[in-house]
Amino acid sequence: MARMIEAVDAPHGVSESASAAVSSLTSARQQTTGFRLLRRLLGERKAIVGLVIIALLALVAIFGPFLAPYHPDNDDFGLLQPPSLQHPMGTDSFGRDLFSRVIVGTRVSFTVGFLAAAIALLVGGSLGLVAGYYGGWVDSVTSRAVDLLWAFPVIILAVALVAIFGAGFSNVVLAISLAYVDDFARIVRGETLSLREEDFTLAARALGARNREVMVRHIGPNLVAPLTVQLSFAVGLGILAESTLTYLGLGVNPTTPTWGLALNEGRDFVRQAWWISVFPGLAIVITVMALNLLGDGLRDALDVRGVSDV
Amino acid sequence: MTQYIIRRLIQALFLVWGCATLVFFMVRLIPGDPVVQMLGPEYTPEAAEAIRVKLGLDEPFHIQYLRWFGNVLTGDLGGSIATGKSVVDIITTGLPKTLSLATLSFLIATAIAVPAGIVAALRRNTVFDYVASVVAFIGVSMPSFWFGILLILVFAVQLRWLPAIGYADPMEDGVVAWLERLILPSLAIGAAYSAILMRFVRAGLLEVLSSDYVRTARAKGVREHAVVLRHAMRNALIPVVTVMGIQLALLLSGTVVVETVFSIRGIGRILVAAIFDRDYPIVQGVILLIAVIFVMANLLVDIVYTFLDPRIRYG
Repeated sequence: MARMIEAVDAPHGVSESASAAVSSLTSARQQTTGFRLLRRLLGERKAIVGLVIIALLALVAIFGPFLAPYHPDNDDFGLLQPPSLQHPMGTDSFGRDLFSRVIVGTRVSFTVGFLAAAIALLVGGSLGLVAGYYGGWVDSVTSRAVDLLWAFPVIILAVALVAIFGAGFSNVVLAISLAYVDDFARIVRGETLSLREEDFTLAARALGARNREVMVRHIGPNLVAPLTVQLSFAVGLGILAESTLTYLGLGVNPTTPTWGLALNEGRDFVRQAWWISVFPGLAIVITVMALNLLGDGLRDALDVRGVSDV
Repeated sequence: MTQYIIRRLIQALFLVWGCATLVFFMVRLIPGDPVVQMLGPEYTPEAAEAIRVKLGLDEPFHIQYLRWFGNVLTGDLGGSIATGKSVVDIITTGLPKTLSLATLSFLIATAIAVPAGIVAALRRNTVFDYVASVVAFIGVSMPSFWFGILLILVFAVQLRWLPAIGYADPMEDGVVAWLERLILPSLAIGAAYSAILMRFVRAGLLEVLSSDYVRTARAKGVREHAVVLRHAMRNALIPVVTVMGIQLALLLSGTVVVETVFSIRGIGRILVAAIFDRDYPIVQGVILLIAVIFVMANLLVDIVYTFLDPRIRYG
């Protein structure tokens, strides 16, 4: 702390070493808090449960094709067979093993959810950082653009974007990510507004650090906690959005096995074959619930305010 | 307060203008020639030219924009490419169904969430609190369309208590038939909304119950139900009202999907059908309408908020 005060007192724009001192202090503080946060995270039951389920599902997503008892497109098992020992989730209207399709579908749902959330984080986070840091007209213009995105409910915006650019994997990912950009932008903007007035930011600026350096090296690390929490919720929301779009027939690909597609294909057989509508939906609920548990636990462990799964 | 309302009104109008502009660009953003996309296999140069003239795509860009905006202001959203019918007329046929669904969902969700949230807060860390929290957690993690399917399976297929699909006109078929067909889709749409509200009511009430003025009221000997209802609830519900507004997006999104599950031809189903038909004037019209409903509903919530929160009224 004393070194930081000295650095603040140093003449403007003087020393690289003083600037480095501020940075190393920042990173040292983050390392100690990192361990403390890890300990707190391990004490959060919700986060642990969520993390364990997500880890298991991630393994299923990676090794799905090897774990599935049958090839997901193998249609030799009889149409609409109820659950049995051979087919724990029954068969679908094409005679394919539903269990195998749900397992293999994990990868697509996870990939879409994570990619969409990551893109939304990068774009929304950057917009929020720039808006919050520079303020003034940059903030006004960015915030109005973000407001515009907010005015369209997520699914409606995603549906509109798919209507424009067509269905398919990359378009669905982009549509969902764009729909969640405003969430990240708002959170980061709010945090940045207060962080830019903190002593360590003022110190770095007083020492002549360039704006980009202040944003990336000093403000950025402090955004990790709220962004991690929001990311966890956003992945879950992305999976929900993907399944909704696919259910409506506007999703990834009509030949790629996904949970949403299985539900879409079961639409006409609700009365005859309940299992087609129930099991893929359960997979969605378990995954999203695990992500929400993780997000909730992280929020408590990291003591993050203003980030919500809703 | 009047200044605040005027400022919010101007902001909302700007937002609506922005939405209309974004929706205008929708058709222009379609990769390649939008007319070729719209016609699909039925493309002929003559048909393409006719559509270009109909949509005004043959005119300079700024004229197209001014015309579109002028038309929107006068309530003219153009005509359907497939049927030639006015988009406003098409939307008008679906809107009462969607609004009925959204309103009933809102009512059911609030009727469940507020009492459940209050009881969960008052009986913190009891079995009721845990069960309510778990149910709410499942509610926010569940796709509304899937819950709709489950409701059909249980109440229509197994128990045969309620019809599975369709919509009844309250004027022609009676209110009972209307309600019978709306209950399941409304529950499906309202589940997540209710779960979110319940969590906010619980959290808000817990925070207020630990505040000094509630302690003072208790110390004065005010009865517990009066402390909760008269002192705590008023303040606890203020943030809940904001959440109600923001989460209307969830209700509107929910109607789009759930209408498909229950075969109700509201604006959501009209939108999805129009996307498959590449009938872009309808797509534009419905999306603009949903955005305007959402912005205006939130404006209304903000105005209600000024009456609930004296800090805004006198600030």
